[in-house]
Amino acid sequence: MMSALFLPILVAVLFIASPLELIELLTFGELQELVRLPLVRLALFGFVFLSFFHWAHRFRYTIYDTLQVSHLGRPIALLTYGIATTMTLLGAWVLWGIG
Amino acid sequence: MNPEYSRHEPKWYRPKVPIFWWLKQWAYFKFVARELTSVLVAYSAVMLLVLFVVVDRGQVSYLEFVSWLSQPSVVVFHMALFLGLLFHSVTWLNIAPMAIVPKVGGRIVPAKAVLLAHYAAWFVCSAVLTWVLISK
Repeated sequence: MMSALFLPILVAVLFIASPLELIELLTFGELQELVRLPLVRLALFGFVFLSFFHWAHRFRYTIYDTLQVSHLGRPIALLTYGIATTMTLLGAWVLWGIG
Repeated sequence: MNPEYSRHEPKWYRPKVPIFWWLKQWAYFKFVARELTSVLVAYSAVMLLVLFVVVDRGQVSYLEFVSWLSQPSVVVFHMALFLGLLFHSVTWLNIAPMAIVPKVGGRIVPAKAVLLAHYAAWFVCSAVLTWVLISK
């Protein structure tokens, strides 16, 4: 749900409109100040945690349903949730080091 | 013991389903497509982390990242990503009234109201984020 509400506009503004100079983002100093705020980093951590586990859960059941491999349930669950856990921890480590 | 006795072992009824069952109906395809767009959600999360790191490292690092983002192939890829995320959001919000059935004063809130509330929340979140991120 969080990704549905926030991601389209974030991608449109940060990764499409701003590089194409269709809009003017905050100045670099303001942007740096923003990403270094502990509350913003905490919010991003929560967001990436939800996003990675959202992917893991959806992808796990899509593999089961499309490839008909429910007998491989345990290894697929270990792989998907394992990747999500690793990425979340990596995200936490990255965000902890900012500022 | 009766020599003709044998333990009853029921067999599971598991009809074989073809791998491409989800291509047979538009609704099935839409369902699988929505689930697969979760890959785009994970990619976007990684990109946000990368953005935070490059901004923290300094202006040179940030400008290199923006220069990479403005390459035509990357722009086209991110436009496709944006369309995929729009599809993810719309299909996700559309099923919200099926998953959330709130009651107010003992009466069920109509599904249309739940749907409209979700779209309103999407609009407000998008407007607030845009306001925060663009230059004043």
